Amino acid sequence: MLEMIISSSVQVVVVILVVLFGCAYSTWLERKVLGHLQHRMGPTFAGPFGLLQPVSDGLKLIFKEDIVPDSVERLTYTLAPIVSFVPALLTFAVIPYSAEFSFFGLEFKGVISDLNIGVLWVFAVTSLGVYGIILAGWSSGSKYSLMGGLRSSAQMISYELSYGLSIVGVIIFANTFSMTELVAKQASDSILFFENWYILKQPLGFLLYLTCAIAETNRAPFDLPEAESELVGGYHTEYSSMRFSTFFIGEYANMLAVACVGATIFLGGWNGPFFLSFVPAVVWFLIKVFLFMFFYIWLRATFPRFRYDQLMRFGWLVLFPLAILNILVTGLFVLL
Amino acid sequence: MTGYLAVLIFLLVGTGIVLFTFFLSRLIRPFNTYPEKSINYECAEDPIGTSWFQFNNRFYIFALIFVIFDVEVIFLFPWAVAYGQLGLYALVEMVIFILILFFGLYYAWKKGVLKWV
Amino acid sequence: MTVDTVIFFISAAVAAFGATMMIAQRNPVASVLYMILSLVAQAVCYVQLGALFIGAVLVIVYAGAIMVLFLFVIMLLNLRGSEDLGGPSTPVSLTTKLLVPVLLVAELVFIVRSAFTEAASTGIMAAPEAGFGEVASVARLLLTRYLYPFELTGILLLVAIVGAVVMARRERGDEAGGTGVGVSASDRTPTGGSD
Repeated sequence: MLEMIISSSVQVVVVILVVLFGCAYSTWLERKVLGHLQHRMGPTFAGPFGLLQPVSDGLKLIFKEDIVPDSVERLTYTLAPIVSFVPALLTFAVIPYSAEFSFFGLEFKGVISDLNIGVLWVFAVTSLGVYGIILAGWSSGSKYSLMGGLRSSAQMISYELSYGLSIVGVIIFANTFSMTELVAKQASDSILFFENWYILKQPLGFLLYLTCAIAETNRAPFDLPEAESELVGGYHTEYSSMRFSTFFIGEYANMLAVACVGATIFLGGWNGPFFLSFVPAVVWFLIKVFLFMFFYIWLRATFPRFRYDQLMRFGWLVLFPLAILNILVTGLFVLL
Repeated sequence: MTGYLAVLIFLLVGTGIVLFTFFLSRLIRPFNTYPEKSINYECAEDPIGTSWFQFNNRFYIFALIFVIFDVEVIFLFPWAVAYGQLGLYALVEMVIFILILFFGLYYAWKKGVLKWV
Repeated sequence: MTVDTVIFFISAAVAAFGATMMIAQRNPVASVLYMILSLVAQAVCYVQLGALFIGAVLVIVYAGAIMVLFLFVIMLLNLRGSEDLGGPSTPVSLTTKLLVPVLLVAELVFIVRSAFTEAASTGIMAAPEAGFGEVASVARLLLTRYLYPFELTGILLLVAIVGAVVMARRERGDEAGGTGVGVSASDRTPTGGSD
C-alpha cells in the first residue's frame, strides 16, 4: 500500500512537471514554427535557437506587478485562473503514456490512474473547463472580458457535444472506456504496425475529433474569444502577472491534453512498430503528441479566423449531425 | 478504488503547484498601485458606463439547447460501450431516440433559433 | 477505518457544506460555484458506491451543463447579489417554507428507519447485483427493461427543445419568466431515464 502511494506520488509529480515543461516549450515551438512558416526566424536571442525563451518569459511574468482593477469581484476573479488550469491538468490523470515499467525498484503502470471510465472522465473534465472562462469574463468587470467570456463559453459548449460524440464511434469498436485497454486494442505485431489504429476504422470520427478539439481549446481558426483586433485579450484582458500566465499555461495544457487524448484514442497511444521495440514506448507517444501540436500550429498559420455566426452554424448544423451520422453508420457497420 | 486515490493526489498536487506559483510571485513582485492602474482597460480611455450590459439572449438559448443534447450524448456513451452485447435492437432503439431529438434540432433550425444573426 | 471510509466522509461533508453554503450566499455566482462543489462531491460519493455512470452523469450533465445554463441566466438577468430579495412572506409561501422541510425530514426518517429495521437482503439495502453500476449494465437495463422510459425521455427532451424555441421567439425580457420550464424538464431526465 505504502509503496503504491509512493510510486503513484512520484508519477504524479513527474507527469505534472513534464506537462508544465511541455506547456512552456509549446509556446517556444509555436513561435518558432509560426516564424518559419512566415519566413521569419522566431525567437533567437535567448539561448541557442531561442531555447531559453520560455524561461525568460516565465521569469518576466513572475516579476510582473499584479494589477487588479477596482471593478472586479474578488472571489470569482481569484478563482477563475485556478478553475481554468486544474481541469486541463486533470485530463492527464488517465492518459497512458507508456507500457508498464520499473524504475529504481518501484513499479510504474505507465498511467497515473487506469480508471475504467477513462473516456467519460476526459469528457467530464472537459465539460468543467468552461467555468474558468465564464468566471473570468464575468468577474473582471470589463466589456471585452465579458464579451470574450460569453463567446468563448458558448463556443466551447457547442463544440463539446461533437467532441464527445466523435469518440463514441471508437467506443463502439472497443467496447470499453478504459484508456489503457483502448491502447492495448490498437497494438499489432504485423509489419503494418498501424493496422489496428482507430483512425483507420474511424476516419470521419478522427476528423471530427480534430476539428472539435481545436474549437474546444479556442485555437485558430476558432480563436474568436481572443480575436485580438476586436476583443483585446478576450476573457483574460484584465489579468496580469501570474494569474495571466496561469490562463496561458492552462490553454497550452488544454492543447496538450486534447493532443494526448487524440493520440491515445486514434493513433494507438504508445504503440510503436514492433521492429523498433528497443525504443521506449513513451517516445512513440511523444512523437504522436508532437504531430498533433505541430498540426495545430500549422493550422494557425494557414487559416483565417471564422466569423462567429459561421462558427456556431458549423458546429450545430454540420459537425453535430455528422457526428451522429458517423455513430449510426459505425453501429450498422459493426453489425454487418 | 486505488485508481481514484491517485487522481486525488494528482488534483492536490496540481492545485498546490498553482497556489505555490501565486505565492512565489507575491513574494518577489513589485507593489506599486495608483488609481489610474486600477481602471478597467478600454483602449486607454476612461471606461464609459459599466460592463453589465444586456447581452444577446441567444447565448442563453444555445446553453439551453446544449443541455438537452448533452443528455442525448450521455445516453450514447453507455449504448456504445454495451453495443457489442446488445446488437441490432439497440441500434433500432437508438435510431428512434436520435430521430426524436433530431426532429427537435430540425424544428429549432427551421424556426431560426440556431441562426446567429 | 479504510481509505474508502475516509474519502466517503470527506466527500459527504464537502457535499453537505457546498449545499449549505449555496443557500447561505447572497452572490448568485458564488451560489452556483458552491453548488458545483457539492455536485462534484456527490459524484465522488456515487463512484464510491460503485455507481460509476451516475457519478459521471452528475459531473457531465449537472455540473458541466446545467450549471453553465444557470450561470448564463444569472449573467443574462444581471444578478450581482445586491438585489433586495427580502420582503414579507405571503401566507402561502410561509406555509410552503414550513411544510417542505417537515416533509423532507419525515422522508429521511422513514428511509433510514426502514433501511435498518427491514432485513438487509430486501428493500433498499439489498446487496447490488454483480456488475451493478457499471456503464455497460446500465445500458443493458436502459435498452431492455427500461426501454419505454428511455424513449419517453427522448420525447421529454423534444418537448424541452420546443419550449426553448418558443421562449427564444418570444419578446425580449419575457424569456426570464419561462426558464423554469426548460430547466426542470431537462433537469429531470438523467435520473428519470437511468434509475
